[in-house]
Formats: sequence, structure tokens, C-alpha cells
Amino acid sequence: MQSNEDATTLTPPVSERDHAQGPADAPLTLVEYGDYECPYCGRAYPIVKYAQEQLGEKLRFVFRNFPLRELHPHAQHAAEAAEAADAQGRFWEMHDYIFEHQRRLSDRHLIDYASQLGLDVERFDRELTSHTHAPRVRADFSSGVRSGVNGTPTFFINGIRHDGSWDAEALMDALRMAASAGTRK
Amino acid sequence: MAKMTAGPLVGTLAPDFTLHTTPDQSVSLSEFRGRPVILAFYPADWSPVCGDQMALYNEMLDEFGRYDAELLGISVDGVWSHLAFSQDRHLRFPLLADFEPKGDVARRYSVYRANDGTSERALFVLDGEGIVRWSYISPVGINPGGDGILRALESLAPGPREAGHDREAGHAE
Repeated sequence: MQSNEDATTLTPPVSERDHAQGPADAPLTLVEYGDYECPYCGRAYPIVKYAQEQLGEKLRFVFRNFPLRELHPHAQHAAEAAEAADAQGRFWEMHDYIFEHQRRLSDRHLIDYASQLGLDVERFDRELTSHTHAPRVRADFSSGVRSGVNGTPTFFINGIRHDGSWDAEALMDALRMAASAGTRK
Repeated sequence: MAKMTAGPLVGTLAPDFTLHTTPDQSVSLSEFRGRPVILAFYPADWSPVCGDQMALYNEMLDEFGRYDAELLGISVDGVWSHLAFSQDRHLRFPLLADFEPKGDVARRYSVYRANDGTSERALFVLDGEGIVRWSYISPVGINPGGDGILRALESLAPGPREAGHDREAGHAE
């Protein structure tokens, strides 16, 4: 029981069920477990964008939900909203829109965002109200707990939890190091 | 990285204690005999990050509930601090005040940091007999997460409750 080597390894690994940007065979995969209402995740949002710009096709970015519901009353619904947008093929637009409007996440706002993104609002509203996507959000949360997520945001680089700082410079350093470790294999 | 070596007290009977959770209520470890218990020692209330260790465990109560496990948070803070902290973070599990004599329980679990006057960030998982089955001391600045706890609970027979007739009442939502 003392062996705990997989403690900080992403479980399950990235698969087709995930929301991903960038090529599936990119040498680098960055996974974020995030909470749409968490201010730290809001701060990480442009940093991830920066890393994507810098690394281009070398990086695949994956977002998994980790809403801290007791701390952030809107986090769960915001996560479900992004999943509802995904059901209409527009996950990343909603993901970005929410992070860019983090302080206004009531249901009214979420529905307004769906409308601004040109989604089928009726369907979006229905799915949000009936919590159609809640199980998906919980599944992400559980996978995060299993993977050793200990707060938000938590990043994994090529499946290994990134415990260091995640300011732009530190995250880029960690990604570059993982890239060179990968090529040495 | 949560590299694990055997933590304190594994295989031994967990020392019993009675501590205040609120100004007029106290809790004894022995009350929970028959169920797994998670003891989460942490340095202090009010750590300045969101998604801190206690907030994380608060979100995991459903997962712990599947093993019928009781979670107890313990720090050297007094009951009034615990009360305010607990209300602020909407914690749905008790925080115990290891306040007088200060750190006495932490000392008995070998997780007191005399220089800081706080406990380590330490986890203990006890089986229904009160035997420590797993323990772990995290670097004090690193939130150990909850995966180690879940693995320890899993290793205790008879395993998680399946959804169905014996599902715990009281699942929030």
C-alpha cells in the first residue's frame, strides 16, 4: 500500500472523449483541470493561450472540469454550459467566452453567452436546466481527484502533474523541458 | 511528487482523543469505531489560496461517503477560528481544535512541528477497528490532494458501496 508511484499521473490518459486543441500526435500535451469561477484559472487562461501561440503544432491542450462547487457557486453550471456548447460543437468558444467574462456567470449570463455565440439557445437552456451534462462534469472531477489534482488550476504535462509555478515563464520552461526529455527517449 | 514511504503509526492502534469542534461540542475518535476514519492534520485555517486542501476534501465528501468514511480535519487553531473558516468555505465536515494543550494530538500522532507551532500536513486513514492503515506526511507547502486517501480506502475491505439499495442517505443535491 505504500507504493504510490502513480500518485501524480493523469488517470485516465487523454483520449477522444477529451476537449483538445492541437494535434493528437503533438509531442507535448498540456492538461488543465480548471474551474471557470476560480480567479487563478482566470489568470492561467491567457498564459495557456501564450503557450499555445509559442509552441504551435507542438502542443496539444486539453481542458477538464474541476469545479469547486462549495467555493464557487457558479462553477458547476458554467462547466455544464461549456459542455452544452460542446454538444453543439462549440466547446472552445464557450470555454474562452466564459473565462473572458468570469465575473458574470449566472444562468442568465450563460444563456446570453450562448446566444452571442449563435448557439441553439433553446436547446442550450434545456440542457442546462435539466443538468444533462452534469455526469460528464462529475466524471472529469473524479478523474482529477484520482490523478492527484489538489487545487485549481492543476496542470499535467505529458501525463505528469506539474507542481511548480505556472506563470508564463515557468510553464514555458516546464514545457520545453518535457519536450527535450521526450526527444531524448 | 507524492513519493511514499511508510508514514507514522501504520499498523498500530490510532491514539484516541477528544477535541472540540465548536465552542459547545466535542468529538472523540472512538465514536467512529466500525467505520473508516480519515484524519487530515493541516497547519492552519485561512491558507490564502482557493482550492486549498480542506476545500478540496469538502468537494470529495461524496467520494469518501462511498466508503462510509468519516473525515475529520485537525489543526491547532481554536474553535472560533474553525467556526469562521468553516462557514466561510462552506465546509460540510468537522474541524477539530487541537488547541489545549496545544498540538497535543498532533504530538501523539508524531506530526507536530515544534518550530512552527503547528502540525504537519499529514493524513491518516484508519480502518473500522481504529488501526492506522495508511499515513502520509506531505511537504508542508504542498497540498497532498485526495488520491492517496482514496487508494487507502479502496484497500480496506469490503470496498466501495455500489449504487443501489444500500446507498448512503444524505447525498447532497
